[in-house]
This record gives sequence, C-alpha cells and structure tokens, in this order.
Amino acid sequence: MEEVVRFEGLVKSYGAAQVLRGVSFSVHAGEVVALIGRSGSGKTTALRCVNGLESVNGGQLHVCGRAMHKGNINLAELRKEVGIVFQSYNLFPHLTVQENIMLAPRKVKGLAKGEAQDLAAHVLTQVGLGDRTNYYPEQLSGGQQQRVAIARSLAMQPRLMLFDEVTSALDPELTGEVLKVIEDLAKDGMTMLLVTHEMSFARSVADKIVFMHEGLVCESGPPSILSNPKTPELKQFVGNGF
Amino acid sequence: MFLGISVDHLIFILRGAGWTLVLSGMGFIGGTLVGLPLALARARGGWMVRSGAGAYIQLMQGIPLPVLMFVIYFGISIAGFDVPALVAAALAMTAYSSAYLGEIWKGCIQAVPRTQWEAAECLALKPLQRAVYVILPQAARVAIAPTVSFLVQIVKNSSYAVVIGFFDLTYSARVVNNSTFKPFVVFTIAAMLYFAICYPLSALSYKIEKRMSRTIES
Repeated sequence: MEEVVRFEGLVKSYGAAQVLRGVSFSVHAGEVVALIGRSGSGKTTALRCVNGLESVNGGQLHVCGRAMHKGNINLAELRKEVGIVFQSYNLFPHLTVQENIMLAPRKVKGLAKGEAQDLAAHVLTQVGLGDRTNYYPEQLSGGQQQRVAIARSLAMQPRLMLFDEVTSALDPELTGEVLKVIEDLAKDGMTMLLVTHEMSFARSVADKIVFMHEGLVCESGPPSILSNPKTPELKQFVGNGF
Repeated sequence: MFLGISVDHLIFILRGAGWTLVLSGMGFIGGTLVGLPLALARARGGWMVRSGAGAYIQLMQGIPLPVLMFVIYFGISIAGFDVPALVAAALAMTAYSSAYLGEIWKGCIQAVPRTQWEAAECLALKPLQRAVYVILPQAARVAIAPTVSFLVQIVKNSSYAVVIGFFDLTYSARVVNNSTFKPFVVFTIAAMLYFAICYPLSALSYKIEKRMSRTIES
C-alpha cells in the first residue's frame, strides 16, 4: 500500500529546545492513524510538519511524494492535497458557511461560481449541515462550526486530512456529532492523521495508534495496544481506563 | 451686513471651506494609497521591508506638518518645477496621513488572529489572496472607527496649508479679516464651519464604535 506520509527520524527544534527528537512512523493510503500523547509530547508539532506549517530541522519527512526536509517545497501545491482541521475551527467570520467553503475552490482551483455552490452543497450535506448554507459562523454551535471546517477542507478534495485535536474545544455533547463525521470519512476511505485525546474514538476508528512521549514515538500498533500497553510510559498515559 | 460681515464675505469664506474639503479629501485618498501598503509591510513584511516602512513613519511623525509643507513646496520649486500650493499641500498631507493611517491599519491587521492567516494559508490561498479575501475584510471592520476619527484630524490639520498660501478656509477667513477688521466674528465663523465639517465625522465614528462593541459582546 502506498505511503502517503513517512516520518524517518524527524528532528524539530525551537531554538535550543528539541521538540521532536527522531520521530519515525508512516501513514498508508486509506489508513486512519491516531497520534496520542501527553501535552508537550510533540504530537501537534509532528502534525504541523506534515503540511508545512512547521519546518524540519533534521531527519526525513515524505508527504504525498514530496521531501519536506529538502525545504524547497511548493507549499501551496502541497496544501491542495493535504487538508487540515484545527482545534479552534478558524472559520472566516465575515463570510457565510457557503462562502467559507467556496472561497478556496474558486480562488485556488478556479471553479466557476455555480460549480463551487454545488460542491459546497455536497460537502455540507456530507457533514449533516445542508440546511445551514447562508448562516454565519457566529450563529452556529461549536460542533456545527467544526463540521463546517471539515466541509471546507473536504471541498478541496484532499488526498490526506489532518485533524489537530478537533474536539478538544467542544462541549462533551457536541463532540459526538463531529466524531461521527470523521468516522464516516474514515469509512469512505479517506487517509487521515488525527491528533486526539478521545481514546475511545481512537480505539474504534483508527487503524493504527502512535503514542508519542517527549518527542519520540514510544509505542505504536493497532488499537489493542491501548488495552495492552507494553511500555511503562503508555501504561501510565492510559491509566486504568482501558 | 451681519455683525460687519456681508454675504459676499460669507460666500468667500465658504469657497475656502470648499477647498478645505478638497485638500482633506486628497490627503485622505493619498494617505490611503500610501498607507495601506505601509500597513501591510509593517504587519507582514520581512525585516528589511518593516524597517524601511518604520523609518518613513518615524520621519513623518517627527516633523511638524507646516514644516513639511514648506519643505515640499520650496523643495519642488528649487528642483525647477512650479506647482500650485494645492499640489504641494496635498503631497504633504499625503505623507503625513500615510504615516498615521499606516500605523492605525497595521494595528488593525495585527488584531486579526494569526489563526486566520494559518487557516487561509492551509487552504492553499496565495499571500495576496489571503490578504484580500480573509484578512483585510476583518481588519477593515476594526479599522473604520479609528480611521474616521483620524479623518477629523486631517480636516483640522489641513489648515496648516495656509503657510504656503493655499486658499483654504483658514486662509479665506484671514483675507476677510484683513478687509473687515472683525477678527472675532470672522474666525468664529471659520471655527463653526470647521466644526460643521468635523462633528458629523466624530459622531459617525462614535456610532460605529458603539455598534462594533455591541456585535463583539453578542
């Protein structure tokens, strides 16, 4: 199976502090990989390296056939293939839901207005918000805004989607609706890399769990490692819940 | 005759007021054309661009406007060109406004959360597209109140153009005073006319600010 993302001994530092100290793992086409770990373990930094939001200081990182560590990547081209959804949704407040979704397809891919509207309607229905086309973000709940953010990314028809703790800012009752959308995307075969704290979700949806600790991949494997952790760090992280 | 001032005198002063509006408008438009790139340079430019823009702003904010008008007016004529006072005054007002508007707008651009830039970037939008479709519309909302407020300053400071002989409201009032010798009446009329121009702008800025803060709270 094709490797969409391959970390090989990736090193990333902020000044003197080494946040990633040799991270190695891969994501294959159609796979859902959950990246878990304590705050500060480097999981969000690793995710952000994938779409070029963070630069690489050492080691290798291959994303969609591009060598990110070489440093001369056309990021705009990469981001047409790699979508990202943020913890704080980051919808554009001055645009309606439909306009939020249509902006990039029209301006980056050159879609005509009618085509873009159809595309927006399609992805909005996919996330269960087909009737909210002309709402402004502030009129929606957190869960709805996050689903719009997912739809906005989907509209660019990416090969790979990155999720950065997308339910962490939501009230518990709103988390479910977002997780359902992500689960549906997984069923449809989208290649995904998720940073998440939702252990039960990771367990049910992910094909592979990668547990990071202090800038390194401490343990990885199928979701069963959550109930049978081998390393003491993962044992401690998972606690008694599983 | 009203308090020693005839209708003709009043009309003369009103003509001056008209030119004040023209100069203020030119100063604002010029200030916008130069100030907006300055603001973008200061908010998002690299080190060199930021320092260059910063130096220009420091310079323009450190020179009194009447002196700036003198320098530009006489500088141009030394260079061999003969320009009317309006042109020199408009150039000086442009230099002056662009420095202040640039700083105001830089602040408004920086008020837009960094996460908005990131989200736009991650949708593969090019830098100019990010600025035009995502950042500037949001910055503009915050910018309206302080910009309208500064417009009031532009109108008042346009009166400095009198030093290079530009026929604005202040100049026309002085001329009428020189012929009627009724300084209190004449300059009170001038003051009232300035107020009539500036007050609606201030009131507008205040209303906009109130409406903005209500929106943010809700």
